[in-house]
Formats: sequence, structure tokens, C-alpha cells
Amino acid sequence: MAKIQFEGVSKAFGRGVPALEKMDLEVAEREFVCLLGPSGCGKSTLLNIVAGFLAPSGGRVLVDGVPVTGPGADRGVVFQEYVLFPWLTVAGNVEFGPTLKGVAAEERHRTAARYLDLVGLGGHAEKFPVQLSGGMKQRVAIARALANNPSIILMDEPFGALDAQTREILQDELSRIQRVEHKTVVFVTHSIREAVYLADRVVVMTSAPGRIKQVFDIELPEVRDRFAPEFTRYEADITRVVKEEVLKVHP
Amino acid sequence: MPELMEWGLRGPALDRQRTLRLKALAIVGFLVVWSVVSGAVVAFTLFNPIFFPGPWVVAGALVTLAAKGQLWGHVGATLERVAIGFSTGAVLAIGLGLPCGYFRALRGVVEPIVELLRPIPPLAMLPLFIVWVGIGEGSKVGFITYATFFPMFLTTVHAVSRLDPLLVRAAQSLGARPVQLFFRVILPAALPEMLTGIRLGIALSFFVIVISEFIGAEQGLGFLINDGRSFFLVPQMLGAAVLLGLFGYAGNALVRLAERRLLRWQAP
Repeated sequence: MAKIQFEGVSKAFGRGVPALEKMDLEVAEREFVCLLGPSGCGKSTLLNIVAGFLAPSGGRVLVDGVPVTGPGADRGVVFQEYVLFPWLTVAGNVEFGPTLKGVAAEERHRTAARYLDLVGLGGHAEKFPVQLSGGMKQRVAIARALANNPSIILMDEPFGALDAQTREILQDELSRIQRVEHKTVVFVTHSIREAVYLADRVVVMTSAPGRIKQVFDIELPEVRDRFAPEFTRYEADITRVVKEEVLKVHP
Repeated sequence: MPELMEWGLRGPALDRQRTLRLKALAIVGFLVVWSVVSGAVVAFTLFNPIFFPGPWVVAGALVTLAAKGQLWGHVGATLERVAIGFSTGAVLAIGLGLPCGYFRALRGVVEPIVELLRPIPPLAMLPLFIVWVGIGEGSKVGFITYATFFPMFLTTVHAVSRLDPLLVRAAQSLGARPVQLFFRVILPAALPEMLTGIRLGIALSFFVIVISEFIGAEQGLGFLINDGRSFFLVPQMLGAAVLLGLFGYAGNALVRLAERRLLRWQAP
């Protein structure tokens, strides 16, 4: 059974063109899927529906065969805007999920320390979010999501607000973390390079109303080289498909 | 950017010691100017010096009152009224403001009523309070509660209603249930603005207590001022006013201290 099943998921906001129309997709356990498409193609909407923040207008999303009815600790979310709790320290943020579950302090600290080490922020546990750079904040947000041990991680353009260098470094880190953690990941991006670098499967969506245009299986080794010819070929193929959709919006 | 934060927009911050020295100097300077002017009134017989006593005469009046054992009764009466009236106001304002900020429907019901009452100067309501509750403690305490309710209610409502919805989503997807969401997200997120409201409330309580003590009180700093007016006891009037100023300042400083503790995350 697929980990996440989208069954004819539609979403319309008000009258206008619907954001999503009859999306069908299955995401396997431990699979890393990237949703790719032009702005306004409904990829973030789709993610918000899986997260339980939005209810679909039609169809349904099943996680482990159970329909999603609201947000829950089984689906961790990493937002583009980091969304750390500014009144908590870095460690306090990472421990937020375990604290809610009533995990004992000592175990919580151990978990936080482990995930902060994993994202390379071991020495920053006692800092507050205002003291961190964008890249560091997003590392904390990733550690916070992982420390709660969800089976699915939903990432909504998590590196979109970062500069190009930081962005590549965090892609490397995420790829390394995924090799350790093996989560089911749905990752929204509009960077084709990022999608090819990270994903097992890239789902290209059409411009509004959002539907699946084409799915690419990325058959590259786990550790990827951005300059390998095969990598570039995927990039070129996907770029062509995405461009068709972008041209529909901005001819 | 960090450079800009350290320097602010107008050059580097003064160090603590120097800031303290400047503040102390300002106060001493003020007292000196006051003494000189009141001394000049005596020396050049500009007008009856009874109208403009120097700071030492004012302090002397307070010491005399204290020695006679009368001062503590007045100070105690005012502080007690402020404490009870203000804390009742705070409990009501925060207790009603938090749900009003969170639930739009409730806000829709409560806000128009508050907005209708708010523009009425609280002082206009004082005679009504006296008519309704009588001239005793009830009307004085109730009046402070009424007057301080508005700023604290409005800041609480505003703080909760402009809460970043992404913070709520982040907490929910980490497994927060409604009660946890309230105590671990909504309350800490609203706290900075609520504390500002509390500071306004404290200042306002010292503002309105004086006037309610003008009418039908036998004790309190407001009574001392009004009583002094009847007998031309200007040092007593100024003394009570200075004490009110000091208490207001202390109240403000107390909240500032709480802010520095509770909101350390804003400028760690």
C-alpha cells in the first residue's frame, strides 16, 4: 500500500479557475517526491492538503490508508518562512514536539542534541531564533520536524528564501540526512536543479488548474553530482516540460 | 546588518554607566533649578512664597506627615485601591480579550460595544459610578477597573488576532492540541503586546485614582491634594503629587523588569 494516496483531489478558492483539478498520485514509503511547476500551479495547495491545513473541495488524501482530516504529528512540515517559535531557544524549538507528547526532559534533551548535531548546529542549542541566519533557522526547522519522528515530512519551498550558496549546502545536508533517516518526503520547489538533485521522482504540474503533466523517475545514484552528464540530461528534459507550462501563463 | 543593529540609527549606544550618570545629573539639575527659582521667589519677594515651595519644603511636608503617622494611611489607601482596581481590570481585560482575539464571532459581538464605550472619557462616568455604587470604596475601585479595562482589552485582542497563522500550523503539525496551542503558542506570542497594555493600565490607574479620591474620600493621595487645596497647603499638594509620580514610575519599572525577563528572546 502506498504511504500517501491522492484520490481525485480538487481544490477551488472562490469562483475563478480551480487551483487543483482531480489530482491522482501515489507516494511510496520512504520515497522522496518533488512537486515542480510554475508559480500558482497549486503545488503548495496540494502540500497544505496533505498537511491537513486545507480541506480539498473534492476527492481525498489518504495517509497509510486513512483519510487526512487535519494536521497531525505523523506529518512534519518545514515551511519556506522557517516559522520557528521566537520565544523558545533553538533546543526548545527542537524539543517542542516531544514536549507536547510528554517525553521526559532527559530524553528530550538527548533527542534535541542528536538532531542538532545532525543538522550541524550542535553548538547553538541555547541561542534564540533572532540570533540565527536564514540558513541556520531552516536547519533548526528541519531538526524540529525530524525530532518529532514523523513518518512523512512535507517541505514547502524550504530553501526558497536562501541565497544560492546556502541553498546548495542545505540541499547537500538534506540529501545526507535523508540517507540516514529515510522519511517519506514531499518537497515543493520551483527549482528544477534542486528537484533533480534531491528526488527519487519529480512530478511536474500544469499551470492552473493544477494537474499532473508528467512524472520523471530520477535514476541517479543516491549521492549525486550536479555536473554529471546524466544529471544535466534530466535537468534539460524537465526544463523543456516545465517551460511549456510557464509559457501558458506568460506567453 | 549586525553593524546597524549594534549602532542603531544614531551612532553607538551609550554605555550603562554613562547613561545612569546622565539620568542622575538630569534629576539633580531639575531639583537645583526648582530650588533656585523658589529661593528667588523668597529673596526678591516676587509673590507669596506659600504658592511655590522649594523641593526641601515639599520633602519636609511629607516627613512631617509621616512623623505624625498620617502618610502611611493615605499611601496605603491609594495603593490598595489601585492594586484591587487594576488587577480586576487586568483579569477581566485579559480573560475577555484572549477569546475575543481568537474567535472572530465573539469579537464581532463584543468589539462594537467596547468601541462605543471607549471614546467616552472615563472621567465622565465617575459621577455615574458614584450614583450606582455609592461613594465608598466600591465606586473608586470599580472606576479604576473600568478605566484600565480598555487599553488592556484592546492590546490583548489585537495581539491575539494578529497572531501569525503559520505559528499555529507549525504547532499543530507537531501535534499540539487546542489547550497546548493556547498555552504554548498563543499566549507567548501575544505576551509582548499584552505587557504593553498592562503598562498603559498601570499608568492609567494612578491617573484616575486621584480624581476619584477628590470626591468623597477621607484617605488617599488624591484626598491629600484636594485637602491641601482647601487650606493652601501647597507643600502637601506637591508632596502627594510627587509620591503619585514615584509610584507610577515604580509600577512602570516593575513591568519593564518583567518584560526584560519574559521577553529576553527579543534581544538576547
